[in-house]
Amino acid sequence: MSFEILTYGFMHRALISGIAIAILCSVVGLFLVLRRYSLFGDAIAHASFGGVAVGLLAGVYPLWTAYAVSIVSALVITKIKDRFNISGDASVAVLLSSGIAIGLVIIGLSGGFTLDIFSFLFGSILLVSVDDTILVLFLTVGILIVIALLFRQLIYSTFNEEQAKVSGIPVEKINYLIVFMAGITVVTSIQLVGVLLISALFVIPNVSAIMYGRGFKQTAIISVSFSIFSVVAGIFVSYVFDITPAGTIVLISIGLLAGTMGIKASGLLSKN
Amino acid sequence: MKVVEIKNLTVKYPDVKALDNVSFEVNEGDFLGIIGPNGAGKSTLFAAMLGLHTDYEGTINFFGKDIRKSKNYLKQIGYVPQKPIFEKNFPVTVKDVVRMGLQNKSDADRIDEILQQLWIHELGDRRIGELSGGQQQRVFIAKALVHKPKLMILDEPVTGIDQQSIELFYSILRELNSKQNITIIWSSHDLDAVNQLANHVACLNRTLFFHGESEDFFSNDDLVKQYSEASMQEHMHHH
Repeated sequence: MSFEILTYGFMHRALISGIAIAILCSVVGLFLVLRRYSLFGDAIAHASFGGVAVGLLAGVYPLWTAYAVSIVSALVITKIKDRFNISGDASVAVLLSSGIAIGLVIIGLSGGFTLDIFSFLFGSILLVSVDDTILVLFLTVGILIVIALLFRQLIYSTFNEEQAKVSGIPVEKINYLIVFMAGITVVTSIQLVGVLLISALFVIPNVSAIMYGRGFKQTAIISVSFSIFSVVAGIFVSYVFDITPAGTIVLISIGLLAGTMGIKASGLLSKN
Repeated sequence: MKVVEIKNLTVKYPDVKALDNVSFEVNEGDFLGIIGPNGAGKSTLFAAMLGLHTDYEGTINFFGKDIRKSKNYLKQIGYVPQKPIFEKNFPVTVKDVVRMGLQNKSDADRIDEILQQLWIHELGDRRIGELSGGQQQRVFIAKALVHKPKLMILDEPVTGIDQQSIELFYSILRELNSKQNITIIWSSHDLDAVNQLANHVACLNRTLFFHGESEDFFSNDDLVKQYSEASMQEHMHHH
């Protein structure tokens, strides 16, 4: 393998946006995993399918409509869930299937699109444009700043809602904020791994990191490290062997999880 | 100074009145023990006082202000729940948990100070889920105290905790009240402990059937008997 590939512009863009998305997904995903909301990312990703279809029908850049539809539907489903006391997993199922249904019906009504369904489902990180890379960086920095500013409120309401309320934290608003950030993160990340594997970036590095980390920040740093390693290694390996990057990235992170579980089972990783 | 002033508080659930026309006051420096059988409305009372249950009649004032108007009063309260519920694998250390209670980042020095005070400084970097029930409870007291509250509210906080930890917990409460002049409202099933610690007693069973000095309650055999019978019935009901 030569280092020639590092000189390609598309590879720079893939690595930069890939690393940014890796950081974003593992940090936002940690809050979702700890709230037992692991599949919420998956549901938003499926809702974005409806959003893309709306954009194509309306002649608007599909990424924008994907953002709008995903975020609005995620907030609405959260409101419905609280109002009618629906369980988290059921609300995920409702959101997931309604997104796909809307997308299918719109595509049917319009007589079908020339949508690149394959890259939407499985990602196309090597095709990321300069504009997309800038957008990814901008959103990543923005969301990380929000998380840093509201860190106590976010972690406290995730740890124990009732006690956070009693400490004067506006827990409902914080919940909507997390859903909003998850919506942006998912749609942004679809370019990397596609709709079908989005949950992998949200969940797998965090499941591994929770086994290692003691405190919250330590856990987040370990998760981000695993995530970046998976993405960078996945991009290189897939390029060299000419296989799909998304699948490779996810398999590497699953490998890290399997390794973590192996170390834990062997007793090398003490509970303390 | 009046810390808490509750006037004609009534809470109705669809099939039952959980609290019926309850009125009482708590003054600065008071150590109030609230006693009453299960289902007497203690948790409902606390939920209303803490802003968790807003559907009530009557008024609740904290530090002279109606709590319906502003939630700012919560910043002056330290609350210790009956049994804090959290995910056992939640990746937070003892220090992380105590830090959640901080209102201002500039008070970060308080974390070590409070851990020392509660004899848990050596546990600071351990994950909360690895500690025993008694240790966890001290962590939650530390979290409730780290922002220097004027008032502590504790909801039967010794459920499922070993005797040694309970004794330690009681001595901590006594010190907070007598040395740091923190006002305490504490619900308990343990009449002996209330007798030893509290200087005021409120007996609740949907209505308030006694509120006054601790001595007046414990020197009145009829009242004590009445309470004991109520809690005995409750006890038998449960087994």
